[in-house]
Formats: sequence, C-alpha cells, structure tokens
Amino acid sequence: MDRFTRVPISEQPAEIRNRNFEEVCLGYTEEEAMKEAARCLRCKKPQCRPGCPVDIDIPDFIGCIADGKFREAAQSLAVYTSLPAVCGRVCPQETQCEATCILGKKGDPIAIGKLERFAADWAERNDIHVGECALKNGHKVAVIGSGPAGVSCAGEMAKKGYIVTIFEALHEPGGVLVYGIPEFRLPLDGVVRPELENLKHLGVEIETNVIVGRTITIDEMFEEGYEAIFIGSGAGLPKFMNIPGENYNGVFSANEFLTRTNLMKAFDPEYATPIKVGARTAVIGGGNVAMDSARTALRLGSDVTVIYRRTMDELPARVEEVHHAIEEGIKFEFLTSPIEIHADENAWVNGLTCVRMELGEPDESGRRRPIVMDNSEFTIPVDTVIMALGTSPNPLIASTTEGLDTNKWECIIADDQGQTSREGVFAGGDAVTGAATVILAMGAGKEAAAAMDEYIQNKYK
Amino acid sequence: MYKIVKKEVLAPNIFSMDIEAPRVAKSAQPGQFVIIIDNEKGERVPLTICDYDAQKGTVQIVVQAMGKSTKDMAAMEEGDYFKDFVGPLGKASEFVHMDLEELRKQRFLFVAGGVGAAPVYPQARWFHENGIKCDIILGAKNKELVILEDKLASVSENLYVCTDDGSYGFHGLVTAYIEELVVNQGKKYDHVVAIGPMIMMKFVALTTKKYNLPTTVSLNPIMVDGTGMCGACRVTVDGKTQFACVHGPEFDGHVVDFDEALKRQTQYKDIEVVKDCKLEEA
Ligand SMILES: Cc1cc2nc3c(=O)[nH]c(=O)nc-3n(C[C@H](O)[C@H](O)[C@H](O)COP(=O)(O)OP(=O)(O)OC[C@H]3O[C@@H](n4cnc5c(N)ncnc54)[C@H](O)[C@@H]3O)c2cc1C
Ligand SMILES: Cc1cc2nc3c(=O)[nH]c(=O)nc-3n(C[C@H](O)[C@H](O)[C@H](O)COP(=O)(O)OP(=O)(O)OC[C@H]3O[C@@H](n4cnc5c(N)ncnc54)[C@H](O)[C@@H]3O)c2cc1C
Ligand code: SF4
Ligand code: SF4
Ligand code: FES
Repeated sequence: MDRFTRVPISEQPAEIRNRNFEEVCLGYTEEEAMKEAARCLRCKKPQCRPGCPVDIDIPDFIGCIADGKFREAAQSLAVYTSLPAVCGRVCPQETQCEATCILGKKGDPIAIGKLERFAADWAERNDIHVGECALKNGHKVAVIGSGPAGVSCAGEMAKKGYIVTIFEALHEPGGVLVYGIPEFRLPLDGVVRPELENLKHLGVEIETNVIVGRTITIDEMFEEGYEAIFIGSGAGLPKFMNIPGENYNGVFSANEFLTRTNLMKAFDPEYATPIKVGARTAVIGGGNVAMDSARTALRLGSDVTVIYRRTMDELPARVEEVHHAIEEGIKFEFLTSPIEIHADENAWVNGLTCVRMELGEPDESGRRRPIVMDNSEFTIPVDTVIMALGTSPNPLIASTTEGLDTNKWECIIADDQGQTSREGVFAGGDAVTGAATVILAMGAGKEAAAAMDEYIQNKYK
Repeated sequence: MYKIVKKEVLAPNIFSMDIEAPRVAKSAQPGQFVIIIDNEKGERVPLTICDYDAQKGTVQIVVQAMGKSTKDMAAMEEGDYFKDFVGPLGKASEFVHMDLEELRKQRFLFVAGGVGAAPVYPQARWFHENGIKCDIILGAKNKELVILEDKLASVSENLYVCTDDGSYGFHGLVTAYIEELVVNQGKKYDHVVAIGPMIMMKFVALTTKKYNLPTTVSLNPIMVDGTGMCGACRVTVDGKTQFACVHGPEFDGHVVDFDEALKRQTQYKDIEVVKDCKLEEA
C-alpha cells in the first residue's frame, strides 16, 4: 500500500452528470473506505484535529473505519457533530482538517471529509440512529432557523435534556442546505432530511412557516415560556451590484435561482414553480454560491461563463467544486467585472458589458485588489445573468427585537459564547459572522448551547 | 397542514376561503399578506390577507383563479388542507402606526379594482373600528365580478361602485370615477390607497398625481420566498431598488416605476401558459 496516495473516489462522469441533478461524487465503498482509513497514522498529537472547527476526534473515527467498525465510527462522530453526512460533503476540507494532516507534508492528506461522509452514509443506510434522547429536564428553549447553526444548537440542547422547538421561516427545514446548495452536491432525500430526522429522534420539534419578527416576536416567545432563545437566522439577504440594467427580466440573485431549483424543484416539470434559463448565462462571483449557480444553469441546458474580478488563485470556492465545474464545461472570465446589463425592447436581457481588471496592492484582506484597466470595455451576448455576490443578514429579527444590537453590516453582535446584548438571547452562524461556512455555523451553535445551558442552570441555582 | 374551514364562491373564478392558522390570525395587520403552498408539488403563492379573526384563529383570503396554482386552489373544498401557510408577510399599512387624532382629520379614499376589494377590506375595517370615516371606490369589469360589496359598504361612509361595461353602478374605470368625485363633485381627499391589478394602480397613480393627491399602492410582483431572501420581488421606487415583500408591499404610488414592474410581472408568462394547458388537459 502506498501511504502517500489517496484512494480514488468514484464520480459520475462529467459529460453525463452535467445533464442531471444526481450527486456528482458517489462515495467510497466499504473496502475503499477501509483502505483509505488505513493510511491514517492515528497520530498521538493529531495535526488534523485543530483544523476542525468542531474538534472531531479524527484519528478515532478514522481508526474505527480502518478496523471495519462503521457503527462505532458514526457514534464517535455523533459526539461532535449532528451533520456528519453534510460536513463530509461540503466542508472546505482543503483549508481545514485536511490542510493540517501530517501526511499532507509528503503526499495526499487523508480524505477526512470523504471518510466522514462514508461513516454517516453507512449509518443512514443501515438505519442506525446514533445519539440518544436525554431525560427531559423540563426547561423549554427555542431556536430560530433550521440551518446548520440552529440544528447544531438544537441537537446539543436536546442532548442536555431541554425541550427544544425550532422555528423556521420556510416550509422545509435545513436553511442553505435545502434552499441553496444543489442536490448534485448535497442530496435532500438521502442526506439532509435523514440528518434532520436524527434531530427529531432527539425529541426536537420543528415548527415550519413561522417567521420570527412577523408571525411571532422574540418577546412573545419569552411569554410563551421559552427560557432562552438562540438565533440562527443566517445571512439570507442577497447583494446586487447596483449597475444599470439589474432589474431587467433574466437577472436573478443566486438565491432566487437556487431557491427555485433546489427548494421549489423547478427543474422538475412536475413541480409548479417555473424557472427560465437562456441559452447563455453569465454568473457573477467566484464563491461556492457562484459555482453552484453556474453548475445548476448548465444542468438546465445553458452555456455558462463565470465572471470573476480576480484570478483563478483567488477563487473563494472549494477547490473540489471549481475542479468539478471546469470538468463539466463551465467557462471562466477572470479579471473581469460587469458594469452594465442590456436588454431588448421587452426588457429581456441580451448583453453584458464588462471591463478588464488587473491586480494591484493587497487590501485589508491580504488579497490583491482588482483595479479597472482603462479602455477595456467589451460586451458579451447573454440572456441570463446570475448575481452571486454574497449575502448579508436579514434585519427582520433585529429590527423587531428591542435591545438586540447589530453592527453596521446588520450582523447580530454576539460574543464567542453566542451571548447577545439581550439577556437570554443567543446567536450564532451566518447571522453573526455574515456568510461563512456550514461547519463554523455548527461550531457557533454548539458553543451557544453550552452558554444557554449555563445561563439556565445559573438561574435555578 | 392548514385546514380550509369555509369556502365561498364570490364571482365566477373568484372565491374566498377561511383558513385555520392561529399564529397568523393573531399577528395579522392591514396591508399584510400570506404565502400558501397548496400541495407537495405546489409553488409559493402570495395572497393578501382579506380578514382575520384572532379568536377563531382563522385568516380569510380571496383568490382569483388565473393560472395553474390558483386554479388548483379553486378546486379545493372545505375540510381540505393546504400544505403550507405562512405569514403575515410584508409591512402593515402606514396608517396603522399613525396618530389616531391626526388620522381623524384626514379623509382617505380607497380604490379597489377586481380582487383588490379583498385587501382593501381589512384596511377600511381598521378605519371603521377606530371610528374614522373613509370612502371606497369598488371597480370591476362587470356586475358579475363585483365582490364584497356588502362588506365594504359596512365599513365605509360612501361606497362607489363602477363597472367597465356599465352593467352596474357608474359606467367607467376607477380612474374616471376618481375624477368624477374629485373634479365634478368637488370631494376633498387627503390620501388615496389603490389596490388592484398593476396596470390599474399605474393609472390611478397617474390620475391622482394630477391632483397632487398622495397615493399608496400595494404592489404584487412575482415572489418566491416573501422574506427578503431572493430579490425576485424587486421594484424600483424613487430610483431605488426595493424588495416588495419586506420593504412593502405598500409604496408611494407616485414614485413607483410601474413600467418596469409590469414587465417583470410577465417573466414567466409563456411557461405558465404551458403549465396551465397541461392542467387543462389533465
Ligand atoms: C449556494 C451556497 C453554497 C454554499 N456552499 C458551501 C459549502 O460548500 N461549504 C460550506 O461550508 N458552506 C457553504 N455555504 C455557506 C453555508 O451554507 C452557510 O454558511 C451556512 O448554511 C450558515 O448556516 P446558518 O445556520 O447560520 O444559516 P442558514 O443555513 O442560512 O439557515 C438560516 C435559517 O434561518 C431561517 N430564518 C431566517 N430568518 C428567520 C426568521 N426571521 N424566522 C425564522 N426562521 C428564519 C432561514 O429560512 C434558514 O432556514 C454555501 C452557501 C450557499 C448559499
Ligand atoms: C403581495 C401579493 C398579494 C397578492 N394578493 C392576491 C390576492 O389577494 N388575490 C389574488 O387572487 N391574487 C393575489 N396576488 C396575485 C397572485 O399571487 C397570483 O395571481 C398568483 O401567484 C398566480 O398564480 P397562478 O399559478 O395561478 O398563475 P400563473 O399561471 O402563475 O400566472 C397567471 C398570470 O398571472 C401573472 N402572475 C404570476 N404571478 C403573479 C403575481 N405574483 N402577481 C401578479 N400576477 C402574477 C402571470 O404573469 C400570468 O400572466 C397577490 C400577489 C402578491 C405578490
Ligand atoms: S467537520 Fe469538516 S473540518 Fe471537521 S473533520 Fe469533518 S470535514 Fe473536517
Ligand atoms: S493528522 Fe492525518 S494521519 Fe494524523 S491522525 Fe490526522 S488524519 Fe490521521
Ligand atoms: S419574494 Fe424573495 S425577496 Fe421578496
């Protein structure tokens, strides 16, 4: 066995998958997983572990897999995470746990994410529900939002014995995992729903169709007897560029485009929600959201170009997604930025004018700042434009809750334990940090659960 | 699941339903709307709240069967359940937050076109309950399509009915009736609230502009989530992009870019026709 080479994983071939919404990566078989896991050195001082925001005991669960003890692997994961099948698929592993794996110094780091997903999928396939329902302690807490932050907070609180209700604005729980990230990356039925089902096994109730700030306020929730509240409402507000022509027909926010296809299943003609993609689509942005929009538009039959103002090296998207996108036939225009959208007489998009950029001095983020090049304007024909420029938190909850402080980006202000400026109110995830990652949101939910527990216990001392 | 406790046909293709949704009934205010998904494969359909009863825990909607989703809804009966019902969405009407004494000094004219009668009702009722007088113009294509006449009459001082074809009431469009009242009859109004099809609101706004009559309109662009998450509902108001579902749905009619809004409303017209045909074949 070559300790430095990763066991390859099977994927749907690019020329087939770019026409369907089935999952791209097919996952390891039992043999493959054991073989990959056997590469792990089970380090005494594992370098990988500090790279994981929720501190998963990586050598332990991987060791279990290597020994063929898949159930134990799933149990080990469940101690630290309530969404292993999700994180194994969507974590930016290359900058987290796998970045610091010791094997990475000489060869391929262990495929930690792929093994994590293997263990979680195995448990799901074999109908094994890890994690138990604790004895209820009689205290009621509420969680707002059912994205990764809310789910992890709710799971932790339930494990501690609290009676937990999640309030979710949409009709389907899961947050970005169901409305944003496409099925070809994160299947709803096989992956997200079962992980949410596990939450119900822990006794968590999910009430959908409740918009906090409209249907009910935080103050009314306290009146209903919830003793502490966690806000995990995410960063759902889409940004636009404020360039001319942005309201023409055929210009979407990535959120609208992805919500129509993922949450509302517009790609399936059986479903009532419509979607429209032209023959040529331009996606503006370079993060995961841009890749997901581009690959979705491609699957809906469009010829897709991603327009990004920096270079390939600065793309914030996960490496695996960029790689998959290129394989599937997505084109890229780097060092390019749109300045105007054009339309025909019926207000339908028919062109996009861009300028070329060059990279100047590094900015505060350490990345070199793109600068517009003189006389570099050019226009490309497109009929769909998708703006994937990032999102900010929805101000609804803060604006309807007295004494809940936010910063100038509308992010709720909370300390490392999730404590906000209001007593008994905690927050975490994208609502606090702005758009970030699944695993950071989960970590925040978990931290806040510890603080909520302490807060309630102290009240009764 | 949300039970349909009462259904009533108000006119051809227009029906009202009382739906059990206690949380929404408790927090609803005039000017707000809900989103309904009829079944597993349904879309999110925005509908204005027409009436609400916190005691009974019900919310009333009035729907005009237009395309696939609203026709599907029309086929549902008392005792059936909607899969999802969420709200109240959007901001409450501005007057709800105004000083009642100030408001008493003002005269409001509501202009309801077609199913726009439904959203006007809770607003006029709010005036009535707070002891403030208001007038209503209720317009429809023809006599058959005049809805909620009694309900609106019960909460207004004057209810003026008009039909496009003259089959009932004043013969003419609501805009003609506004001019009739303001110019010919010399009525004084301080504020107009117009709710109906986008094209009607556009022309009402153009009409009232001539008389410097402040005018609120309730926009109904295509929506998806209704919570500010997608931007499908964006409209240009006073040169700025606004999301109708969270910044509205009510806006100053004199600064709304209606031409853009009208075009945006047609985005899925061709697809809808296809879906609708499929429905008709089935
Ligand atoms: C298209 C896309 C692709 C992504 N890809 C990746 C990836 O590959 N890897 C990765 O790590 N991260 C990725 N991310 C980012 C990641 O999904 C988010 O950082 C993460 O989901 C944040 O979790 P959260 O729980 O804070 O919020 P969310 O997942 O946004 O969940 C918030 C929930 O709260 C609900 N809510 C909001 N307001 C209210 C209210 N007033 N009342 C009730 N409920 C409310 C929302 O409906 C939503 O369900 C991606 C994001 C997007 C949009
Ligand atoms: C805030 C708001 C409040 C509304 N209140 C009511 C109400 O109280 N009663 C009522 O009957 N309708 C109301 N509507 C309109 C209603 O949502 C649409 O008629 C419905 O979505 C059409 O769905 P459909 O599948 O039956 O028709 P479709 O087949 O989708 O469309 C039929 C026709 O209606 C147009 N259309 C599609 N969506 C909308 C929309 N959101 N608004 C206007 N036209 C649209 C299409 O372009 C097409 O020409 C409201 C809309 C909004 C945004
Ligand atoms: S949760 Fe993410 S960071 Fe942690 S071990 Fe799993 S893949 Fe790595
Ligand atoms: S650092 Fe790499 S080899 Fe060491 S325990 Fe972690 S995954 Fe295994
Ligand atoms: S409907 Fe999505 S933002 Fe308004």
